Amino acid sequence: MRTFDIRKDSWDTIRKHENENITITGCLGERYIGCGMKDGTIHIEGTPGNALAAYLDGGTIYVDGNAQDATADTMNAGLVAIKGSAGDALAYGMRGGKVYVLGDAGYRAGVHMKAYEENKSILVIGGRTGSFLGEYLAGGIIVVLGLGDEDEDITGYFCGNGMYAGTIYLRTNKTPLNLSDKLVKREVTEEEKNRVLHPIISDFASVFSLSLEHCLSSSFIAIEADKSKTYSQLYAAV
Amino acid sequence: MNRRYRIRKDDSCISCLRCARECSFGAIEINNGNTLSFKHDKCVDCQRCVSFCPTGAIYITEDENRFRTNSVFSDNDIKEILLQAETGGVLLSSMGAAGSNVPIYFDKLLLNASQVTNPSIDPLREPMETAVFLGQRPEGIERDKDGSLIDNLPPHLELKTPIMFSAMSYGAISLNVHKALAMAAETLGTYWNTGEGGLHGSLYPYKKNTIVQVASGRFGVHETYLNTASAIEIKIGQGAKPGIGGHLTGKKIIGDVSKTRMVPEGLDAISPAPHHDIYSIEDLAQLVMSIKEATDYKKPVIVKVAAVHNIAPIASGIARSGADIISIDGYRGGTGAAPKRIRDNVGIPIEFALAAVDQRLREERIRDRVSIIASGGIRNSADAIKAIAIGADAVSIGTAALCALGCHICASCHTGKCAWGLATQDPELTKRLDPEKGAEKLVNLVNAWTREMKEIMGGMGINSIEALRGNRSALRGVDLNVKELEILGIKYAGE
Amino acid sequence: MKREGEVRISSGCAISGIFCRDGKRISGEAIRKSIAVMHNRSNGLGGGFAGYGIYPQYKDYYALHIFYDSQYAREETERFLDKRFDIINLSKIPTRQIPQISDVPLIWRYFVSPLPHLLQDSQLDEDEYTARTTIAISDTINGAYVVSCGKDMGVFKAVGYPEDVAKFYRLEEYEGYSWTAHGRYPTNTPGWWAGSHPFSLLDLSVVHNGEISSYDANRRSVEMYGYSCNLLTDTEVITYILDYLTRKQGLSMKESSEVIAAPFWTTIAIKSEKEHIRLSYLRKMFSSFLITGPFSILVGFKDGMMALNDRLKLRSLVAAEKGRTVYFASEEAAIRAIEENPERIWAPRGGEAVIVKLDGEKTNE
Repeated sequence: MRTFDIRKDSWDTIRKHENENITITGCLGERYIGCGMKDGTIHIEGTPGNALAAYLDGGTIYVDGNAQDATADTMNAGLVAIKGSAGDALAYGMRGGKVYVLGDAGYRAGVHMKAYEENKSILVIGGRTGSFLGEYLAGGIIVVLGLGDEDEDITGYFCGNGMYAGTIYLRTNKTPLNLSDKLVKREVTEEEKNRVLHPIISDFASVFSLSLEHCLSSSFIAIEADKSKTYSQLYAAV
Repeated sequence: MNRRYRIRKDDSCISCLRCARECSFGAIEINNGNTLSFKHDKCVDCQRCVSFCPTGAIYITEDENRFRTNSVFSDNDIKEILLQAETGGVLLSSMGAAGSNVPIYFDKLLLNASQVTNPSIDPLREPMETAVFLGQRPEGIERDKDGSLIDNLPPHLELKTPIMFSAMSYGAISLNVHKALAMAAETLGTYWNTGEGGLHGSLYPYKKNTIVQVASGRFGVHETYLNTASAIEIKIGQGAKPGIGGHLTGKKIIGDVSKTRMVPEGLDAISPAPHHDIYSIEDLAQLVMSIKEATDYKKPVIVKVAAVHNIAPIASGIARSGADIISIDGYRGGTGAAPKRIRDNVGIPIEFALAAVDQRLREERIRDRVSIIASGGIRNSADAIKAIAIGADAVSIGTAALCALGCHICASCHTGKCAWGLATQDPELTKRLDPEKGAEKLVNLVNAWTREMKEIMGGMGINSIEALRGNRSALRGVDLNVKELEILGIKYAGE
Repeated sequence: MKREGEVRISSGCAISGIFCRDGKRISGEAIRKSIAVMHNRSNGLGGGFAGYGIYPQYKDYYALHIFYDSQYAREETERFLDKRFDIINLSKIPTRQIPQISDVPLIWRYFVSPLPHLLQDSQLDEDEYTARTTIAISDTINGAYVVSCGKDMGVFKAVGYPEDVAKFYRLEEYEGYSWTAHGRYPTNTPGWWAGSHPFSLLDLSVVHNGEISSYDANRRSVEMYGYSCNLLTDTEVITYILDYLTRKQGLSMKESSEVIAAPFWTTIAIKSEKEHIRLSYLRKMFSSFLITGPFSILVGFKDGMMALNDRLKLRSLVAAEKGRTVYFASEEAAIRAIEENPERIWAPRGGEAVIVKLDGEKTNE
């Protein structure tokens, strides 16, 4: 594995090796790392800048610390795993692949994530999230575990506002604050937990070496769009 | 209640029933297999039946029935109130702003011609250039160690004529329309624009003439999509509905539309009002640069905005964001669906927006750094010439292109029942457009406009389109007040 | 071309702040290093800094930083000041000539205190007297602009990238317990130094990222109370609103934050009854000062600093803590650049102010 120091090695040089297995050290706000990458593995030390892994099309990006805003923007495939926390607008318009954040995510995580056939966006947050989680959600799965914050509200306000497909799973039995009346909340059955959540969370747990039992312990709720309240009802054609 | 038109026929009807077969709105029905009955309230005046009647027997007129005259509330106002009282719905419409009192300023601008002091040119016999290059220009020249000039220009779009096709998404319009546009763009040496619904795989071969769009919904946006284009357009807004997102009903998300947008069949496709990764001008710079990173700095990035009140500083911000081209869509720009109140009341006309932007960028000495595309109600070659003289590098046409393919602007795109097979996904309707014949018509239209533009330029003694760009002395105004003249930066006729 | 004040100019930005709760005075070099990391968020058309605790030897006097377009404006202003204040000290603000900063105005600094008999005749308190007088300078003397007028604080701003502005003002030679910084991305070329941030009145200074959508409603409201928004910038109107709410209405900084970034009614509805009543009151009482649209601001004031996001949190803002020092920035990297290992790092929620004060100061907030 080659190691590059982003303060010394030129960005052009690093980009040439992007599709291999490399480590980038000394990151301090440098933007667009792994942007449009198709293959390979990047380990990042330090604090990478905004738009990390935008349009990611494959491969894996590990971040040792925290990530800033607009990480995994319009991401298509691959894995982004962040050991620390992520900033705002995480996984905006994400279309496929997996984003794992061990810590917290900021505001507007998973806005307008999608799923289509084999492309299924999966976003798992180990900690808590800011408001507007999964706003406009169009498909895919968001899981928030709230590890260590079991007694808190783990999603902030306006969770899932405007979502019209996909599912948000929350490891809590509390209904999110001011949940929209266009959404429905339901308890997750053991069967669904095993079928849907087990494979996702076991992968998440193995990436961060967590106890799967602990992550799966306690009950989950699911938030989904109320299919009886569609947007088409808002309009009258002239 | 909502009847606006009446369908009538005269004695020359031969009861061939063609009109009923052509009508996709259910306004003409066949009774007992051989007679016609008219459901006037369903007619949208799309003129399909009229166009296909072999004997010219059928015709559509405005409904003569009138509500009691009131100087404040028109018939239309009352009809809309009744509809909303009935449904509780937001009024949904399509195409460009209609029925308002906002003047079309292009009609108040007159063009110049040479007489005596310099010669006019005959474009049929002398060279007349209409090629335009769109893109960024660096601040200065560079030389290599031998003193030769280095070509330090970033990638540019090359247009043989300054007319492009506006963004119209697959989903809002049919694949056959996309095909016709792509083929025509290739023949003409210009560009068509996918709109926000992705690019159908069968159109990848038209890459050289394709502009792909990245809008807030990010539908069908993947690395291959970005790289199967000559330029990438970030759509911030459109003239018909500034500040409003999009909503393609699940009914249109079928078959290949679903596949191309990568949205499951039957599911609505909703574009958020803003890009949720752009809440400020420096965020736009971030998105522009991330797209450039993902495409290796090989493609120009266009930022499309609706013409709104502060368009001049907005354009200035875009010019400084790393974008190569700014596309401004005016108040009269069309759409496949928009809330009517937004369409008719938000934004400003392209003539003013363009004049303000061009002037501001010049004051800031950055006009040469970016190119400008103007759109929103360009109806003919004269409008195009006037837009260029005000300050555009090129124009783009949407509604006019659809008209070339059969559209009669009935403004019913949002119903999905387009009888001309354009703004619909119904396979029975979409096959009404033969893409190759459609392309031919588009090529004819743009070639005709280009020829007219050459005539006009020749008359002014200008033999290259760039000499017309921002050449406002080519324009004079009539029926304009002092403020309008000031904003347009032109003189009154006779001055 | 119209300059700032004649036309409203929108802009995006980067902000950064450092506050030492133990009152330790640190050099301006740290804040320069921090804001420099976010170079990409500005476009070279504005940068600036506010420092608190930087004039300990003159801490009882108002420090006026003034830009002049001409010597004539300077002479006129000095005659004006002389009639109203005791001028204890005056000098050019030391600068370093660098190619990145050009079109430099005359930049002067005065330490003053109101003439006692005039202050008494005016029936105003010392702050109001000074505020009115300095606003009158910017308003009435052509070519003079008061950049800051607080005690033991000062604003240093220019047209350029913030890191260059710091070099230009020799910021490393100042020591303060509180610093804020701003890198600007305006959507045109103002070419006018006054338009840069921070904007300041008395000891209140604001740096701001975003563009507010409530601007003209806020401006027309605050102008009713004697302010005049000459620059037409968001920062200016936010500063005046905060000055009005804290100094004239007597709200605390936290309460003021609950006015300008008031929670949504649906959020207020799920609060405890006491909070419900309090928040509803503030929202109804000061409805003209609700600020909508994206903003993240750092507000410097005497002995304290406030960081606040709009209620939707449309701009990014990160906070961190190490020992008694607190850091704020638009991006985490800007904090890591000066404190690699903070003990705590977090993103304050939308509309939830983080207010820090010097140890020993009353913290009823």
